[in-house]
Amino acid sequence: MNVVLITVIVLALLGGVASIILYFVAQKFKVFEDPKIGEVEAVLPGANCGGCGFPGCHGLAEALSKADDISGMGCPVGGAEVMSKVAAILGKEVAASAPKVAVVRCNGTCANRPRLLNYDGARSCAIQSAHFAGETGCSFGCLGCGDCVSACTFGALGMDPETGLPVVDGDKCVACGACVKACPKGIIELRNKGPKDRRIWVSCVNKDKGAVARKACSAACIGCGKCAKECAFGAITVENNVAYIDFTKCKMCRKCVAACPTHAIHELNFPPRKAEPAEAAPEARN
Amino acid sequence: MLKTFSIGGIHPAANKLSAGSAIQALPVPEVVKVPVAQHIGAPAQPVVAKGDSVKVGQLIAQSAGFVSANVHSPVSGVVDKIEDFVDGNGYRKMAIVIKVEGDEWLESIDRSADIKREITLEPADIVKKIGEMGLVGMGGATFPSHVKLSVPQGKVCDALIINGVECEPYLTSDHRLMLEKGEEILIGVSILMKALNVAKAYVGIENNKPDAIDHLTRLAASFSGITIQPLALRYPQGGEKQLIDACIGRQIPSGKLPIDVGAVVQNVGTAYAVYEAVQKNKPLIERVVCVTGKTLARPSNFLVRIGTPVEKVIEAAGGVPDDCGKVIGGGPMMGRAFTHLDVPVIKGTSGILLMSKAESQRAEPSNCIRCAKCVSVCPMGLEPFLLAKVSAKGLLDRAEAEHIMDCIECGSCSFTCPSNRPLLDYIRLGKGKVGAILRARAAAAKK
Amino acid sequence: MNKLTISPSPHVHGGDSVKRNMYGVIIALLPAWATSLWFFGLGALAVTLISVASCVLIEFLIQKFVMKVKTTICDGSAALTGLILAFNMPSNLPWWIIVIGALVAIGVAKMTFGGLGQNIANPAILARVFLLISFPQQMTSWPKPGQLTSYADAATGATPLGLMKEALRDGKSVSEVADLPSTTDLLLGNMGGSLGEVAAIALLIGFVILLVRRIITWHIPVAVLGTIAVLSAIFYLADPSAYPSPLFHLLTGGALLGAIFMATDYVTSPMSHSGMLVYGFGIGLLTFIIRTFGAYPEGMSFAILIMNMLTPLINTYFKPKRFGEVATK
Repeated sequence: MNVVLITVIVLALLGGVASIILYFVAQKFKVFEDPKIGEVEAVLPGANCGGCGFPGCHGLAEALSKADDISGMGCPVGGAEVMSKVAAILGKEVAASAPKVAVVRCNGTCANRPRLLNYDGARSCAIQSAHFAGETGCSFGCLGCGDCVSACTFGALGMDPETGLPVVDGDKCVACGACVKACPKGIIELRNKGPKDRRIWVSCVNKDKGAVARKACSAACIGCGKCAKECAFGAITVENNVAYIDFTKCKMCRKCVAACPTHAIHELNFPPRKAEPAEAAPEARN
Repeated sequence: MLKTFSIGGIHPAANKLSAGSAIQALPVPEVVKVPVAQHIGAPAQPVVAKGDSVKVGQLIAQSAGFVSANVHSPVSGVVDKIEDFVDGNGYRKMAIVIKVEGDEWLESIDRSADIKREITLEPADIVKKIGEMGLVGMGGATFPSHVKLSVPQGKVCDALIINGVECEPYLTSDHRLMLEKGEEILIGVSILMKALNVAKAYVGIENNKPDAIDHLTRLAASFSGITIQPLALRYPQGGEKQLIDACIGRQIPSGKLPIDVGAVVQNVGTAYAVYEAVQKNKPLIERVVCVTGKTLARPSNFLVRIGTPVEKVIEAAGGVPDDCGKVIGGGPMMGRAFTHLDVPVIKGTSGILLMSKAESQRAEPSNCIRCAKCVSVCPMGLEPFLLAKVSAKGLLDRAEAEHIMDCIECGSCSFTCPSNRPLLDYIRLGKGKVGAILRARAAAAKK
Repeated sequence: MNKLTISPSPHVHGGDSVKRNMYGVIIALLPAWATSLWFFGLGALAVTLISVASCVLIEFLIQKFVMKVKTTICDGSAALTGLILAFNMPSNLPWWIIVIGALVAIGVAKMTFGGLGQNIANPAILARVFLLISFPQQMTSWPKPGQLTSYADAATGATPLGLMKEALRDGKSVSEVADLPSTTDLLLGNMGGSLGEVAAIALLIGFVILLVRRIITWHIPVAVLGTIAVLSAIFYLADPSAYPSPLFHLLTGGALLGAIFMATDYVTSPMSHSGMLVYGFGIGLLTFIIRTFGAYPEGMSFAILIMNMLTPLINTYFKPKRFGEVATK
């Protein structure tokens, strides 16, 4: 009985002394942190994807709390919803930004863009592009090694084995931009998600002259400018032999899609056309 | 014991198939494509326009900056166009396309076969001349030669090392050059010695070329200060750092240049080009190219005008074999695979290697078994398995701390790996990224 | 013309492979195995077959049904683990203990970490230590050599190291230890012990095979054996009656098997030559300490296991000699 008593007393004393030491040490080395940082961090998604450009959600929370003007910052994952909550906590104004989604701007499928070579190095787009332009005649298009897929932490990207191109799952994509950074060819772009998830974009970034681009890939933008002429809103520009649709100006009329001779302009999530002949509406792929 | 470098190294099968074939001059093609960027550094600026007629040896593109090199017309004819062409990597680069008419040389070039031993130019003029004639390192690195010969203020060079190692398997162009143009090479070496004001030069040759060692040793007796240094067979002995270590036993510290240990390295091909440039006034317009491969009909060594399509050179050696799966510019260890064969021969094309389909495929990589063989063979004393891993994961700080920038990309690690892991592919990726960070840091420090 | 292949350099490969290395080690183990068949007969054969078969089967089952990846049983690594595990067992061990050992080696030590190349401890040694602690009686009753047709029913005896430990504990001096085999027997392997550890000459032949085929470098085995030899020599010279000779230390127990075949396991040994020397020294030191002052007569497996755990640390602090670190030769 005595042994048990002594044990309990000794342990209790040790615990007491330790807690007193700990209390003073904690007081002495206390780091002051704005409590708002914690509050902001609690609203952020906590994925630590780095899409905002800061090292993780804590980094963004800290930057948001310190900055006077937070309109330049934002969580691409949480979007406007999260940012409005953040703005409420911090009492600051936030610019409303439209939700975005990653879009792959290459339609160089195995059928459209014949493989002239066989790349046998490490399966990495970054490595391949450092040495070679690619397996096809197009030196701008997708290399197909899937660096974007491995960069995506949300499982929103996958390689389509049939086309050899990455496919974005619009529901899972949070527009963090990791794939945009990972792609050595700069093919992936973050574009407005669009009303009812409807999007129109030029699925090509080939800057070669029309004939050269067309020879390498039957789905290449040849820079003919027909789409730009068709567009009533001035949303389309042709620069360096490739067309680009400004998604802030595009009104989703879909006239450019029909005008493109190489079917390089893609539409997604639109209802099927009524009167038009079938071949004028290319099958949309994202 | 023969001398060699101190750390690591491998023994790939030599396969010197074309060693017995004398250098033949290849007929001038009908059209040449002369890229303006055949060297490390800024691309040269064209000084001719479409429709101009040019003679052999005429300047057609002017060096743009200190680290850059002049480009001369390898043929006589008319400039057809100046436009982008798809280079061996598949990217577009600028080239001057010349339609050949006759073979009219500039009169200033001495085309006689006489050997001119007397060196009349002063050191500064030699370096200037070498720069004017567009000389670059002929071993494959294509670093402008005049830059290497301009010793920076406060640095002293006391040893010139001539690279006659040719440690790459298959290649024989330097070997043949040493056998056939031995005296010219040694005069070239003497010119380089005069330019650098050094008393000693070492010509390093691996002992798998005993005929070249004998031949040059006999000739060197009549030259002062040139030692022919036989070396034990080991790849990558032709690496600049390894060669200096092997010949004179000095190791270049991390991040330093050969000149920091008092050495300058030049290739035997460069020494020959120096002879021709300084004594014969001939710019760098042709070079010896070794065309080889196990299934090629006639592995040979050709004297080829710059700008000749690789396809033509292969045709002269018997044409592309049916089972060819890969064509490499350079040797199998460090050469680059061509994406197509309409690529011009450039100043750095030391060889064209055709590999059969079976040879050209890499085996499937498997897990790293941590056997440490890559560490044993790395000639720079690095840990390739670790560098490849941190590069793949993007841990660039760690890669820098593990001396990734010291990697000479010799490929010994990938060659040795029992798991067939593409170690060098990933190390190069990391090296490129770390290099960019270092350059950015240096630029920021300047400001 | 064919489609051309493009890839970064190098475009040639030396032809070395995981298979060549694994089967190379197995070949180097064959002389020792043949010797144990000679001394322990059917028992050795049975233990080896059960061990190898269960290791390969367990690896196959785990890769096929648990990890759902391509099976790699043909690369020889599982068979090698099985063989080395068998070498670490007495030749009369019941089959079910062997299967448990194989399960620990492949299932616990290797596959839980991700398979070949990922494990932190040598699978065969972890299994041996597990069995030694779990089944001390079965794992330490070694059959006497020469009973060629018996398996589980063989008459058993102690190992020379065990005899020595017991005698010294009882206060006897080294020269008084009874029943010790002669040096010739030690060299040939004519003594009690785990089935693969007894044949000194055969193991050394294996060492030569490994070196000639460049499967391992000399660093680890020489460091291990050198450390044991030097330490035991110091103690032996100080008091020959209380401490056995260096030769006895080197030729008995798992010293040779451990130093040549188990400490040199690629995955769990350091990557640089200087690191390998430190690692080997550590194993030698720990082995000697356990043998001389510990409760167990043999300490090789514990020593290797402990140094396995230190390998990442050794890798951090012992880097290869970088080119250019010395200014001149």
